[in-house]
Amino acid sequence: MLLSPDFGLLFWMMLSFSIVFFILAKFGFPVITKSVAERASYIHDSLEAAKKANEKVVSIKQECDELVASARAEQVKILREAADTRDRIISEARNQAKTEGMKELQVFKQQLQSEKEQAMRDLRLQMAELSVGVAEKILRSSLGSEKAQLDLIGRLVDEALVSKS
Amino acid sequence: MKDFSRIIVLLFCFVAASALHPAFAAEEQGKHESAAFSAKDVIMEHVTDAYEWHITTINGKHISIPLPVIVVGQNGLNVFFSSKLEEGHGSYNGFYLSESEKYKGKLVEKNASGEEIRPWDFSITKNVFSLLINSGILLAIILGVASFYKKQKKTGELKAPRGFIGFMEMIVMNIENEVIKPCIGKNYAKFSPYLLTAFFFILINNLMGLIPIFPGGANVTGNIAITLILSLFTFFYVNIFGTKEYWREIFWPDVPIWLKVPPFMPIIEFVGVFTKPFALMIRLFANILAGHSIAISIVCLVFITASQGPALNSSMTVVSVLLSVFMGLVEVLVSCIQAYVFTLLSAVFIGLAQVEPHTVKR
Repeated sequence: MLLSPDFGLLFWMMLSFSIVFFILAKFGFPVITKSVAERASYIHDSLEAAKKANEKVVSIKQECDELVASARAEQVKILREAADTRDRIISEARNQAKTEGMKELQVFKQQLQSEKEQAMRDLRLQMAELSVGVAEKILRSSLGSEKAQLDLIGRLVDEALVSKS
Repeated sequence: MKDFSRIIVLLFCFVAASALHPAFAAEEQGKHESAAFSAKDVIMEHVTDAYEWHITTINGKHISIPLPVIVVGQNGLNVFFSSKLEEGHGSYNGFYLSESEKYKGKLVEKNASGEEIRPWDFSITKNVFSLLINSGILLAIILGVASFYKKQKKTGELKAPRGFIGFMEMIVMNIENEVIKPCIGKNYAKFSPYLLTAFFFILINNLMGLIPIFPGGANVTGNIAITLILSLFTFFYVNIFGTKEYWREIFWPDVPIWLKVPPFMPIIEFVGVFTKPFALMIRLFANILAGHSIAISIVCLVFITASQGPALNSSMTVVSVLLSVFMGLVEVLVSCIQAYVFTLLSAVFIGLAQVEPHTVKR
């Protein structure tokens, strides 16, 4: 009796299992398995993307570091060049100023020289005139008498004789 | 496979069910107090189908849920409640419960020559009713879980579920990844819904059968009609989707010619086509039936020893309760294992029918 399947139960089992199977195969299990597969691929993709992003970050960081290093080198170079330029400009300016000054000094010196000569010449001329005037005045005063004139002539003659001999 | 043992441990919470067996037994005592106690009758009454759902008997009064009886007899369709049978002392409208050896307990009618014949019986019996309840529960659970994923797809947020849905996801994915995929191979997606349905259908019916009171307790998967339909599904799945190579291996296998010309091997192989699902049917049926029988036998120990004096009776009661708890645990394990084995073997048989010509492998 246990081994003989009952018709009614077979019928209801066939019906209910078919319905359950149909519903679950359409709206149950595929939804679950598909979603889980989708989630798995989503997680996989996310991990991949994260890995790529990480790699990108690393490469960007490296690039950044390189950029910073090169910028720093550039800075040092520029600074050095600036310092050189500055030194050169200063030295050049100094040289120029020196030569300019020299030149000016030369001119001044020449001017001074010529002015000095001019002054000497003027002085000498005035001295001559003055001495001639003084001598004239002295001569006029001292040679007022006859005797004085004769003494002088005598002395001059002596002097001339002495110098001649 | 690792996770599967964890699932089994979780399901041990069903132990509470087995602890209730003694309560169930008390009801049996009332029924049999007048007649001599027969463990065999009690077991048979429990494991076979019935037209009503018997709950308990108090002071000789049966308390049961009446179920609709639908029969197509000689005078056409008859629909009535099983309680009508009891009111009419076992008969109604010409139908009565047979006492004969052949149709014992089944509804029969007499034909013109006075012989007992079975009408077309579509009654919602205890097993059918239980089957419908369990199918409803299964649909509610799986569709409930599926709706979580549907909602998730709508919002576009792919998050792992928690709690019960996560638990169900774990089982579903475990069966798919550890059983279906390795057994069937690349075409697994076509068979996965059937195998998952079979697994959960058997599991829910097995587990509901372990609950001793109303919504459970019916011996559904321990009935051969149920396992017959399940194995028929597997049979058709295996053979309809079988490849050309599968059929060639049956009728013209790679063996020496003298084994094929008087067709020994083809006959053996062809018989094998039917024995595989047959074994599936018998395995599930026999395991669950045996489980129910043993559980009730152990409870019956109490009543068998009742006439042997209070000392033996009370000591056997303790033993019986302890054994019942143990059997309850074993039955939970068996429920899971049988559902798993049915799915696994169905997947293996389907996988064997998906063979490709062995040009590369072997």
